[in-house]
Amino acid sequence: MINLLETLPDIPAVELEWMALSPLLVLLGVGCLAIVLEAVVPRSYRYLAQTALSVLAIVAALTLTVTNWATMPPSIVAEGLVAVDGPTNVFWSLLLVVGLGAVALFAERGFDGRSAFASAASTVPGSPLEREADRLRREHTEIFPLLLFSLFGMMLFASANNLLVLFVAVEIFSLPLYLLTGMARRRRLLSQEAALKYFLLGSLASAIMLYGIALLYGYSGGLQLADIDAAITAGTASQGLLLAGLLLTSVGLLFKIGAVPFHAWTPDVYMGAPTPVTAFMAVATKTAAVAGLLRVFYVGLGGAQWDWQLLFSVVAVATMVLGSTVALAQTDMKRLLAYSSIAHAGFILVGVVGAVGGGEGVAVSSVSSIAFYLLTYGLATLGAFAIVTMVRRSGGEANALDAWKGLGKRNPLLAVLMTLFMLSFAGIPPTAGFIGKLTVFSAAWVGGYGWLVLVALLTSAVAAFFYLKVVVAMWFQDADEDTVGDVESPSLWTWVVLLVTAVATLVLGLVPGSLLSLFADAAQFIR
Amino acid sequence: MNPEGFLVLSAILFVIGLAGFLLRRNAIIAFMSIELMLNSTNLAFVGFARFHGNLEGELAAFFVMVVAAAEVVVGLAVIVAVYRARRSASVDDANLMKF
Repeated sequence: MINLLETLPDIPAVELEWMALSPLLVLLGVGCLAIVLEAVVPRSYRYLAQTALSVLAIVAALTLTVTNWATMPPSIVAEGLVAVDGPTNVFWSLLLVVGLGAVALFAERGFDGRSAFASAASTVPGSPLEREADRLRREHTEIFPLLLFSLFGMMLFASANNLLVLFVAVEIFSLPLYLLTGMARRRRLLSQEAALKYFLLGSLASAIMLYGIALLYGYSGGLQLADIDAAITAGTASQGLLLAGLLLTSVGLLFKIGAVPFHAWTPDVYMGAPTPVTAFMAVATKTAAVAGLLRVFYVGLGGAQWDWQLLFSVVAVATMVLGSTVALAQTDMKRLLAYSSIAHAGFILVGVVGAVGGGEGVAVSSVSSIAFYLLTYGLATLGAFAIVTMVRRSGGEANALDAWKGLGKRNPLLAVLMTLFMLSFAGIPPTAGFIGKLTVFSAAWVGGYGWLVLVALLTSAVAAFFYLKVVVAMWFQDADEDTVGDVESPSLWTWVVLLVTAVATLVLGLVPGSLLSLFADAAQFIR
Repeated sequence: MNPEGFLVLSAILFVIGLAGFLLRRNAIIAFMSIELMLNSTNLAFVGFARFHGNLEGELAAFFVMVVAAAEVVVGLAVIVAVYRARRSASVDDANLMKF
């Protein structure tokens, strides 16, 4: 009798580089553990357990990332699926820092002892069940594992070296966000509507992206970014498949970044979501999406650069112009910050179009300048949304711009901090935002896109106008009794976020040199 | 093997899904249209896998199925929550926020 086992070929065991993947695995593992804790830890201890666990997990992942960054050479790991190189380390660190800030904002419950999240998200708004859950002070501590899963997906997205991993990662980080969006304590109908819109449009965008991925697979016969690069270099396969695939793939990525014409979800979702979630989405989703976009288009589709540079420059112009002009007309702080984030997506795309490769000794490269820009934008955004949670009226947030009038007289410290963040958004020295804009625009300039830089400068001027509108409202306009918002002092969580972001915004504006050169040294993708 | 037939069929299914998403007003139907788009992608993946003679495309189809199932879980939860609050799953009724 033939022994079946002997005739079968050997299947080699998959070898994983555990150390390189450890930041990802820590987040995923702790996320799963946190779900188990939900079932076994008594209700009264869950908040403490979950916040402590989330902070520990993120700090551990950050430590591992920095250790790997310092000790390990860039390498492609996990059977070629994940690339752990300079840009990956930079973006992982950025995402984890933002994640820490987000955990702090999520954990905030200093406003009459309640968090920004619904006590029971499954109850119908206004129903007796909801009031009952409220009275019993129930809360969803599942938000912390959801945050960890989302962060894990974003980090995987930023390091994906394979288009299928890219698609799976985009879903891993989006699905928790859809749920978190619908869990606001106040104005729950708005929040649920935002979740519905975000979910439907988000899954449409990822379906379109997936079709693009299928076409790129058809073009090159492989899902690895290197396969596509090799097929473009060989140039024998059908150009139609390449162009269609490139176009459809970019739709999904541009949607996540919030670029025009795929921006329509941004203002609604930012407005409806609980403010801590908005802050997390505004910074982390954008960072991850830009990181993924850079890797796909620089590594995988770098050979088709002439095709996508034109596409992205058109999108960048539309995004900057629409973002900054429509923001002028906004009267709600969260919507205003949403349009501001659209405008910033445009400025980031200006740097992407430049496509200046990095390496040892290259001072201006697209990747490092965009990473620095994302850091400055992220700091200002986290800080600004932290302040948004503090300006309140009759128990909820007062998001109307009218509520912010005269804030300078009522609470000068808060108004000074908000002014700092607005100046950083506008790119006015000596804030970090100025350095960010300077580096991104010079990357585009070096890349030969002077006209795009000119458009970006003009729209920056328009954008500065609406940031100054907020500053003027806070310092020079008198409050109206009917609309004025009171400043309520939160617990230590929000104060820490606020102070760290404010100090970092100032410090990076005054002495950006060491961080800029650190990023510049890590700007080269591994192929 | 010529993949053209499969590609054309998957493109037709994809466009039907896209049109369904854009035209239908019920959130469930819109969501079903997205599922149709995902399945059309699976067809394209499998067709291309056969054409190239490797397994990556067929593997991708399995991953897409799992992701689609996860998406259904989250999506239906959101849609049901909206329906219970408003007694309507029409995407036209979700209009509290504009511009």
